[in-house]
Amino acid sequence: MRFDLDEQQRAFQQMVADYLETECPKARALEAHDRAGADLAIWEALMELGLGGIMVPEEQGGLGLGLLDLAIIAEPIGRFAAPGPFFDHALATLAIILAGSEEQKARWLPDMATGKLRGTVALAEEKGVWTAENWTLDGEARISGAKNHVLHPEGAGLLVVGLKGGRLGVVAGDAEGLAVEMLPSTDGGRQIGRVTFSEAAIELLPRAEGARLVDAGLILLAADAFGGASACVTMAVDYAREREQFGKPIGSFQAVKHQLADMALMVEPSVGLYWYAAHAFDTDPSSARVAARLAKSHITEVYPKVARRMIEAHGGIGYTWEYGAHVWLKRALFDQAYLGMPQAHRARVADLLEW
Amino acid sequence: MDLQFGPEHESFRAEVRDFLGANWRRGTDVAEFRAKGVAAGYLYRNIPKRFGGSEQPADILRARIIAEEFARAKAPVEVKGNGVQMLVPTLLERGEAWQQERFIAKTLTGEYKWAQGYSEPGSGSDLASLRTRGELKDGQWVINGQKVWTSYARECHYMFALIRTEPDAPKHQGISYLLLDLNQPGIDIRPMKQINGGNDFNEVFFDNAVTPENWIVGKRGEGWNVSKSLLKHERNMLGGVDRSEALFNSLLKLARRTTMGGEPAIKAMWVRDRLAALKAELEAQRYSSNIQMTRELAGEGGGVLQMMNKLAQSNYAAAIAEAANILIEDESLISPMDNPRPGNERWVNQYMNSLAAAIAGGTSNIQRNIIADRVLGLPRDGAGA
Repeated sequence: MRFDLDEQQRAFQQMVADYLETECPKARALEAHDRAGADLAIWEALMELGLGGIMVPEEQGGLGLGLLDLAIIAEPIGRFAAPGPFFDHALATLAIILAGSEEQKARWLPDMATGKLRGTVALAEEKGVWTAENWTLDGEARISGAKNHVLHPEGAGLLVVGLKGGRLGVVAGDAEGLAVEMLPSTDGGRQIGRVTFSEAAIELLPRAEGARLVDAGLILLAADAFGGASACVTMAVDYAREREQFGKPIGSFQAVKHQLADMALMVEPSVGLYWYAAHAFDTDPSSARVAARLAKSHITEVYPKVARRMIEAHGGIGYTWEYGAHVWLKRALFDQAYLGMPQAHRARVADLLEW
Repeated sequence: MDLQFGPEHESFRAEVRDFLGANWRRGTDVAEFRAKGVAAGYLYRNIPKRFGGSEQPADILRARIIAEEFARAKAPVEVKGNGVQMLVPTLLERGEAWQQERFIAKTLTGEYKWAQGYSEPGSGSDLASLRTRGELKDGQWVINGQKVWTSYARECHYMFALIRTEPDAPKHQGISYLLLDLNQPGIDIRPMKQINGGNDFNEVFFDNAVTPENWIVGKRGEGWNVSKSLLKHERNMLGGVDRSEALFNSLLKLARRTTMGGEPAIKAMWVRDRLAALKAELEAQRYSSNIQMTRELAGEGGGVLQMMNKLAQSNYAAAIAEAANILIEDESLISPMDNPRPGNERWVNQYMNSLAAAIAGGTSNIQRNIIADRVLGLPRDGAGA
């Protein structure tokens, strides 16, 4: 019985955290919110560290590890609010791993593992419709229709598209009949576009693994949210120890202490929710369905709450653009809404548990 | 990550099940069953054999398996109460040999029951300000003052108490840890009625009560430190997910059998949402407890999560109480007190009891101080933690 990360996992996670601490300080995370296009530089560097290949089988140049190994890396990426397409590229890569033929894996995965080929996923259709059971786009060789909230579609080498019946297909980034309309994103670190297909060529992946792909997405968002929420506690605590009023650090006042203690209590014990969900995804996919939704609904609901309190704890400086505390609040809103709100996932949990 | 117990522990589980199958059924003599449980090495595992324990090597996994299997069979485990859970570990750590021999074995069997004499009317969260006096006169301690919130004092034979014996020393250094017999003329015990109608706790008045000079654990003035190990035991005692899980399961049953507006409550969207949110909290507690167990096994200690257990659990009990109170609707207008066959209104009791969880053993605000000071490293402001 061992419910914990092993030495290797801890070291791997720490390595990524150390890297981001240097390369992605708060000011760097904020930059993504000040620029127009996608901020790919941090992602490219992470790919150079080999983080594109965590789940890619060894025969295609990856490490052949599980979702737990990927999720524990998503955590520090969330903690430092690292901008860019880590999440969407990881999910596109996983789609090929889960659903692709051997030939397709051999064709795409080696370049996706290194980041030479960047992928994204096109899942959402109408408002609030994220789940694989509800996808309506369809087609054997060509598709028409639209997908919403596609991350970083501009410049992506391929798009994994969710199709009717939970099937998945791949559309090349430069396919004819593919049109991208970029939208202003609340989370400047993740650029969102609407993608329209007009008789665009699509190559189907043989296995209908859309539902499982969404499960993985929920777990990765939960991990990102856990990292971000922990960062909020740390930022608020650090500030409360430094900032003085009435001649004392504000962190010595019980009103502030108790608010910070409540934040820590909301965040710290939730780590096991995403660990277990990822572990279940790797070892017992049927139980992962509920676990992924519990993790996503709980942690991404906590994250915006602690992000708000973190900004409040900073007072006026927290409300300024330049200070950058808002980066985490906006990322929290992304993690909460992307792939469906907590309420939608809880409703599904109730169904799955046959309540 | 490996969530299996492994073959060695699974065969241990089978052994425990066989034992329970052979030795426990409803109506079995509890004392005899406990004696067999000790002989088999399942109960009082960390207590030496010479005091009536089974003296087993520390094994958190085996302890958990025993707890799980005994609970499944609804078999009795160790005697509950302050004596076993608080006094015995303290005596083992700090007691003199004659104290251990005289008190431990009979406490383990339940023959000796102990009251805890800590809180006073003026000393709650700031316990070290306590004022009940003990003076050494003619080879015995003479005690005057008052304790309060003393659970089950009327059913207890003895008390372990914090008594101010060194009035001139600084407040933490002036306290001694004394044992005393409650059955004496200088002690008056008066029950107090609680908000749920029960009267488990009491006021205890000392008017020249006495106890022998050597009924002191640790030296004069060391009582605060002696008791600190107790508080640690009490907080640990409140760990684990069993209580939260039982509460959640009861709430789920309530939602299944209750109707609201002619429909089963469990079919209402908001009920499903609330239950799923509580389910997530429960699972978070379960995994936290697993993480703590794993880290204990690895010798790393339960860490920050351990300091959050009590607040997490009392918050959870309150959240369950609030949800149940909505589900029972107007049934909460009927009191479960003096009610021979209470129905759903017994949830009114849980509603009240959940408040006791937020107060007893360190209030929720004291728990927040502990988290702020010891986990987050915020500057101390003088208020206790």
